Amino acid sequence: MVYQSFLIKYAEIGTKGKNRYLFEDALIHQIRNALKKVEGKFLASKESGRIYVQAQSSYDYDDVMEALRRVFGIAWICPVLQREDKDYESIKKTVLEYMDEVYPDKDYTFKVESRRADKEYPIHSEQINRDLGEAILQRFPQARVDVHRPDVLLRVEIRKVVNIYSQMIPGPGGMPVGTNGKAMLLLSGGIDSPVAGYMIAKRGVKIDAVYFHAPPYTSERAKQKVVDLAKLVAKYSGPIPLHIVNFTDIQLYLYEKCPHEELTILMRRYMMRIAERLARDTGGLALITGESIGQVASQTVQSLASTNEVCSMPVFRPLIGFDKQEIVDISQKIGTFETSIQPYEDCCTIFVAKHPVIKPNLERIRKSEESVREKLEEMAETAVQSAEMVWCD
Amino acid sequence: MEAYFDNSATTRVLDSVKDIVVRTMTEDYGNPAAKHRRGMEAEQYIRAARSEIAKTLKVLDKEILFTSGGSESNNLALIGGALANRRLGKHIISTGIEHPSVYRPLEYLAELGYEVTFLPVDGDGHISLAQLRDTVREDTVLVSVMYVNNEVGAVEPIEEISRVVREKNPRTIFHVDAIQAYGKFVIRPKKQGIDLLSVSGHKIHGPKGVGFLYIRDGVKIKPMIYGGGQQGDMRSGTENVPGVAGLGVAAKEMYTGHEEKVAFLTGLKDYMTDRLSELEGVVINSKKGSQSAPQIVSASFEGVRSEVLLHALEEKGIYVSSGSACSAHHPGISGTLKGIGLPPRLLDATVRFSFGMFNTREEIDYCIGTLKELLPVLRRYRRG
Repeated sequence: MVYQSFLIKYAEIGTKGKNRYLFEDALIHQIRNALKKVEGKFLASKESGRIYVQAQSSYDYDDVMEALRRVFGIAWICPVLQREDKDYESIKKTVLEYMDEVYPDKDYTFKVESRRADKEYPIHSEQINRDLGEAILQRFPQARVDVHRPDVLLRVEIRKVVNIYSQMIPGPGGMPVGTNGKAMLLLSGGIDSPVAGYMIAKRGVKIDAVYFHAPPYTSERAKQKVVDLAKLVAKYSGPIPLHIVNFTDIQLYLYEKCPHEELTILMRRYMMRIAERLARDTGGLALITGESIGQVASQTVQSLASTNEVCSMPVFRPLIGFDKQEIVDISQKIGTFETSIQPYEDCCTIFVAKHPVIKPNLERIRKSEESVREKLEEMAETAVQSAEMVWCD
Repeated sequence: MEAYFDNSATTRVLDSVKDIVVRTMTEDYGNPAAKHRRGMEAEQYIRAARSEIAKTLKVLDKEILFTSGGSESNNLALIGGALANRRLGKHIISTGIEHPSVYRPLEYLAELGYEVTFLPVDGDGHISLAQLRDTVREDTVLVSVMYVNNEVGAVEPIEEISRVVREKNPRTIFHVDAIQAYGKFVIRPKKQGIDLLSVSGHKIHGPKGVGFLYIRDGVKIKPMIYGGGQQGDMRSGTENVPGVAGLGVAAKEMYTGHEEKVAFLTGLKDYMTDRLSELEGVVINSKKGSQSAPQIVSASFEGVRSEVLLHALEEKGIYVSSGSACSAHHPGISGTLKGIGLPPRLLDATVRFSFGMFNTREEIDYCIGTLKELLPVLRRYRRG
């Protein structure tokens, strides 16, 4: 069956009162973006309080579905069969064809719900429901009517054209990207950070990302892996500008000047500082990390407190209460897992001490930092200025 | 300056190879099996390549079977050789320093019920002939030994191995993985008693995706690819004409003025070895002169992780490998380096420099100069 149109249903954004149009416009914008990559011509538009995607050329159904199922803000996607309104009999005929093809197993309960946009239409909705129901019962004797909890809720809308639909394919939910400001994601190449980016983008937040590159201790392939991950997240969030910061000098300087067991914490503090500066420069309002309590030494509550204090922006940690397996499950669902587990070293592990501090004392960390602060400020500034940007789309 | 010292991973093709590849792709692009003139033209390229290659080994044209490269040749030799000669027995002997394209098919054969014995090597990377003699049995169907080890350039005593095997069991089939040896050594399968010999095109300035297996006339192999019956039904599939033609040209080129070419490569290797000895904390795992492969220098750098050194050199335009490029995909430490008894602290500190016909002494000087700058810095920062 070739559907001419898709009705897009949204959940949360429907409740935004007077600002509703902002959300709808953002959703349409994101739908257009997503469909740009699908072969064919599509028109996404608002029509009497609903969003439709109209196909204006031939297209591949699976490609369209895959693209739409990634657009945050969409609760349901209904493929719609559209026919010219010739006469009443031909509507019946089309409905029967539709039911025959979409439900090969005829043992179902159903209900017909019709609407006339044009109230001049000679037949009332009630009558249309009865007529179509009867036609279906006659043609498919196994089918039964259930007006309370039908398996199939068939909707028939008579406007300028006749719209027939009954299937509802779940979208990702959430809110359209662009309706909730922008944040900077610290992307490492592991399993967690892409998931964190996905989750925050799902709340309508536009994503920028930062990756800390440490050549020659990390390889070009490790960097490519992060670019690949950003591109995978971008399939949901829209294009991600990825800022690649050369972190080698800072790391080596810390290695020379500071106690090795504090290296990871000190390094994380500088990553947060640099990320915050980049966020400010690019209009971001918050940071995002993939941290989860207790996962590694730098993610104990003490460590988090110590890395948190260096920035004033809010730090979103959507995975904070998740178990590893729960994170893995999401990464598999969104398709980043396979890329995340490629075995390239990232800059967090290269100089990791045998026994890093797991309960850093804030006072002591501040003190360790004091003597190197001035020089590192300068180095951090250089790192920010010389960051390379890769557009991940 | 750029210095590509990873020629044992792959090489740049010769211009003459490129020319024939382009010609067979754009002008003489027929299918060798086609009955018309275009087909015949294409067939001529295959014949010419086969004959050039046969000449380099002094074997018959019909003993050369083209494949998709070294890995396929090794797979076909081992699996095809074992399956076609089941009546000879189910025992196979190989060594502990083989390439994964030998090791993995042997694992597969072990799953099928074959018994595989891996012989250890000494500090020079050589197997013991006495131990080999003790290992060959009545039911040993295959012995597979690499000619030149890809990581340290050790050369196995092929002729002696063959003699020992024949003495114990004249029916045993002897396979040699010559992927790092072909083009660098004069190989005479008939004289050296080799039954099967695997070769790859892209290690000798030929194209990737092509290689051959020498199959001594009379040795039975079970084909692995079935279809249209090309190459005497031994390997179906339209021949890779550009690849095969390119391989033919590369083979001919490497064996023209062969002694000078080997002397050129050995010169580079010895020069590199000497210059590396100037540096502190470097252990050379390869040998100078004709005691090891002419193109390979293996060196361990105390206190430096090989992968970090690799990337630091890469930033300066110098390309080397840490372990072999193929096994670099498998995290885990080289079997060869362990096999030759390298101390554990050096296993992860070993880099291979491998040379080709396009390298120069100036590049070596540049590399040594770069190492002198890099090593002290890299040694200052260590894990933990």
